[in-house]
Amino acid sequence: MIPASFDYVEADSADAAIAALAEHGDEAKLLAGGHSLIPLMKFRLAAPSVLVDIGRLSDLSYINDGGDHIAIGALTRHSAIETSDLLTTNAPILAHVAGQVGDPSVRHRGTLGGSLAHGDPASDLPAALLALGGTLVAKGPNGEREIAITDFFTGFLETALAADELLTEIRVPKVPGAGWSYQKFNRRAQDWAIVGAAAVANGSTNVALVNMGPAPMRATAVEQALAGGASSADAAAVAAEGASPPEDLNGDAEYRTHLAQVLVGRALDEALG
Amino acid sequence: MKIDMTVNGDARSADVEARTLLVHYLRDDLGLTGTNVGCDTSSCGACTIHIDGESVKSCTMLAAQARDTEVTTIEGMADASGELHPMQEAFRQCHGLQCGYCTPGMVMAATSLLKENPSPSEAEVREGLEGNLCRCTGYHNIVKAVMTAAGGA
Repeated sequence: MIPASFDYVEADSADAAIAALAEHGDEAKLLAGGHSLIPLMKFRLAAPSVLVDIGRLSDLSYINDGGDHIAIGALTRHSAIETSDLLTTNAPILAHVAGQVGDPSVRHRGTLGGSLAHGDPASDLPAALLALGGTLVAKGPNGEREIAITDFFTGFLETALAADELLTEIRVPKVPGAGWSYQKFNRRAQDWAIVGAAAVANGSTNVALVNMGPAPMRATAVEQALAGGASSADAAAVAAEGASPPEDLNGDAEYRTHLAQVLVGRALDEALG
Repeated sequence: MKIDMTVNGDARSADVEARTLLVHYLRDDLGLTGTNVGCDTSSCGACTIHIDGESVKSCTMLAAQARDTEVTTIEGMADASGELHPMQEAFRQCHGLQCGYCTPGMVMAATSLLKENPSPSEAEVREGLEGNLCRCTGYHNIVKAVMTAAGGA
């Protein structure tokens, strides 16, 4: 399978990438590691006429201590996140979940920013970020703006990024002593989660779900139940409230609802235990 | 578009369509057919090569993305005299193959794995090769070969 023809533009800076997006509008797509976009292009599910390659912008690949948070460049590869001492110490769920994406060869190429901007409802990293509660930095023709992770995923493969914006940085709070858990259920190694549940307990408890709707989501009913004093088991029972689970060959909505309850229960047991 | 890269130690230069996948450039333009195409969807690992020493799936990369990198394929693993790379030798000694289709990708993924984790447990080898499928299901001897190459068996 070979992608449809496109014009290839290499951006030598973030500004050059933004200018290329402004010039070509909806016809252009950014190419980072390419491990979400290239498969879609091979299946001809995506056929951008212009591909703006940002994969060599090494100044967007970093993991820095930002004081109360860790700042991660959008082009940081999953393998670098998985093995980062700074993240393993301060936001261990993110390092762990990065190690759950695909397989080692995929993790050598795929990037955090690329995964988030792609907005796949079944991918792992949004679960960790939603449970951590981070902030994203987007850069466009008019400068930078910050987007709360909880406002970022707006629909199936859709995010709050404008067509001419580039995701440049992901900021996650330091939570060195927090309880955490990521429960991913799949049938085969390296697959996407049929359902995934993440929990971070740091005073209050945040719970996130993937593949339980068109976009990754916070399980707000669970969070409210816990805040109101419910037991983990009682809180997990409302895991699918507000979700609209997809139906596919891996399972129907009823099955995913059951999975969400079981996985949230396990995540809470591990994070709060 | 013009692309330059180093493949198995040799400088290579070509003019390719932007949509050319790296695996097709290696196989069809350079004749390096040791890198196989299996699933073509980055699941099976038959197309695994090294970019700057790290395993990647060359069916899910444009040739353009490999510009100015050091590419190594299975043909570049043995030394100039033809002596097998220790991983290749371990696969031979342990009979870490049946039909052989997945073998080049397995050797490349396993070499990258040992570079990152020189003394893996058997479980870590199995996890580390999760992106490489053997349809003959010959995993037992493949894992044994990697453990042998690591000096752990």
